[in-house]
Amino acid sequence: MDLLEYQGKELFRGHGVPVPDGRPATTVAEAVEAAEALGYPVVVKAQVLIGGRGKAGGIKLAKTREEIEEHAGAILGMDIRGFTVHELYVERASDIAEEYYAAILLDRTAKRPMAMLSRMGGMDVEEIAANDPNAIVRVYVDPLLGFQDFQARRLAFDAGIAADVIRPAGAVLAKLYETFVKEDALLVEVNPLLVTTDREVVALDAKVTIDGNSLFRHPDTAAFRDVGSEDPQERMAKERGLTFVKLEGDIGILGNGAGLVMSTLDVVAQAGGRPANFLDAGGGSKAEAIVDAVEVILSNPNVRAVLFNIFGGITRCDEVARGLVTAFGQLEVNVPFVVRLEGTNDEEGRRILAEAELPNVHVEKTMDGAAERVVELAKAGAAVS
Amino acid sequence: MSILVGTETKLVVSGLTGREGSFHGMNNRRYGTDLVAGVTPGKGGQDVEGVPIFDTVHDAVAETGANTSMIFVPPRFAADAILEAADAGVELVVCITEGIPVHDMLRVYTHLRRGTTRLIGPNCPGVLSPGKSNVGIIPAHFFSEGNVGLVSRSGTLTYQIGNTLAQRGFGNSSIVGIGGDPIAGSSFIEIVDLFERDPETELIVMCGEIGGEEEERTAEYIEANVEKPVVGYIAGFTAPPGKTMGHAGAIISGSKGTAQAKAEALEAKGVRVGRTPTQVADIAAEIVGAKV
Repeated sequence: MDLLEYQGKELFRGHGVPVPDGRPATTVAEAVEAAEALGYPVVVKAQVLIGGRGKAGGIKLAKTREEIEEHAGAILGMDIRGFTVHELYVERASDIAEEYYAAILLDRTAKRPMAMLSRMGGMDVEEIAANDPNAIVRVYVDPLLGFQDFQARRLAFDAGIAADVIRPAGAVLAKLYETFVKEDALLVEVNPLLVTTDREVVALDAKVTIDGNSLFRHPDTAAFRDVGSEDPQERMAKERGLTFVKLEGDIGILGNGAGLVMSTLDVVAQAGGRPANFLDAGGGSKAEAIVDAVEVILSNPNVRAVLFNIFGGITRCDEVARGLVTAFGQLEVNVPFVVRLEGTNDEEGRRILAEAELPNVHVEKTMDGAAERVVELAKAGAAVS
Repeated sequence: MSILVGTETKLVVSGLTGREGSFHGMNNRRYGTDLVAGVTPGKGGQDVEGVPIFDTVHDAVAETGANTSMIFVPPRFAADAILEAADAGVELVVCITEGIPVHDMLRVYTHLRRGTTRLIGPNCPGVLSPGKSNVGIIPAHFFSEGNVGLVSRSGTLTYQIGNTLAQRGFGNSSIVGIGGDPIAGSSFIEIVDLFERDPETELIVMCGEIGGEEEERTAEYIEANVEKPVVGYIAGFTAPPGKTMGHAGAIISGSKGTAQAKAEALEAKGVRVGRTPTQVADIAAEIVGAKV
């Protein structure tokens, strides 16, 4: 779960990471109110989950009431690389002396947290790495010992940051690590980590990703979830407990188990088709879950054919077949279905489907055969319309 | 022979009194697994279909000599259950639970690496050695004894590939699901290494998926250390970047972790990669056929 800048900074404040004063706003009036309370000059920042906001015109300095009105009005509703701006963050402007880069992240390969520091902040981290691979210094952190002072010193000296801020920068790194652990983050990135003209070290940006599995112990963070910006179909699936990712194509896909669904998408693509979604109905899918899944898949108007690929382990094929029959009874289905049932109770499942005589439902024995069939049917559907 | 679980396995299940725990625990017992104990704090002295329940894993180990633990407790208690099993001296912990916070697993993983307990999972289907022992949720009736070692990050995909292989007449030495989480207790490299040293295994099939660098690292390891033929499969060629495909670990970030990159890394090290489960079986048949 990715957080917006102002949400990340709220977590930072809770752990003593210095950030400039600021307030979120969703209207021009709120932005003006925030600016007047903070005192000019302020910076107005678009709150979207994508980088490159500054270049896209989503970050502006305002020295007067007229300027904040103008900039807030221009940025609200702006499209930044496909993301519409619904929220702003108004922040007191900082006097910049130096811009560094700091991050704590989970290194999956080493299976350890990693702390990073660079004195070349303000640009993309990939850009820093491309310019000078030695400009980013890294240390691994033992999760049982935590981030040690010597590691902070080593990062600071090796990164070559200004001598007078080595101690305060180290302290900020330690607090960022505390944020990373206490908030169950997968990533905490600060770019730029600022040194002001008063020689204070301040987090000017915040990019924080929280582990979705940990939200049960972070109710405040869970409330940050911005349902308004989620795809409505993905939201519908989430509410029904289905794992769903929307894709660009016209073949609806349902399977049980993440790996098998990924494999199904690949086999359909190899057969010349374009999947419309990833949908994992989960292990032990009951009839009810199947009805929900069919409804979610068919809510995408691009879908011209649907493939059910079930390999029953815990999932019982007869349950899936019953769910499909119920779905056809409850929903208006205008596209062909190809169903492949194999594994636990597969014969019973196929018998249920045969007896129900559902219109335009095609049963296939193998995964490859089912993929070829659904691609044919989708193409025929495209030719008709 | 087989790896990880077999006729020596004496199983204790944490969460045996729960709905899922009892269903799969008893399923494992019916298959022939020596299920010796269950653990549920506060229910010590009870039994589930004759299997004694203990309050602590320590009691269960002391009373029954359990050497393998299966974890079937909810995600927020799972890290503690793994640590308890390790502290009680269990050699192998198989954690089925899905949805454990990553930071919990970081601490558990780091701690276990300093001891001798091996962890499989979490978020995995378990380990099956056909004809000997089943610890987990793998539907055993699809599989028979044989010489193919199968290791995978995914559950149902394992059944699909295992079944495709079975239809060509292949059986399995062991089937190991290492799980789809970012922090898995055991890696592909460790399981491939166990298969390399297992006399019954003649061919290794490895099913990966998008995300992380495990498959790439395993490719390097295989080239340097593995004599037996290895066939690969990678799921997720059509997955878009930045979207988690069901498994917490299955996400492409930037240009890293794509199926294409993984398949190429394996092929560059001499591992043939099937583009579909059917192709995996075709390649396996070719390799074993060529040996005869």
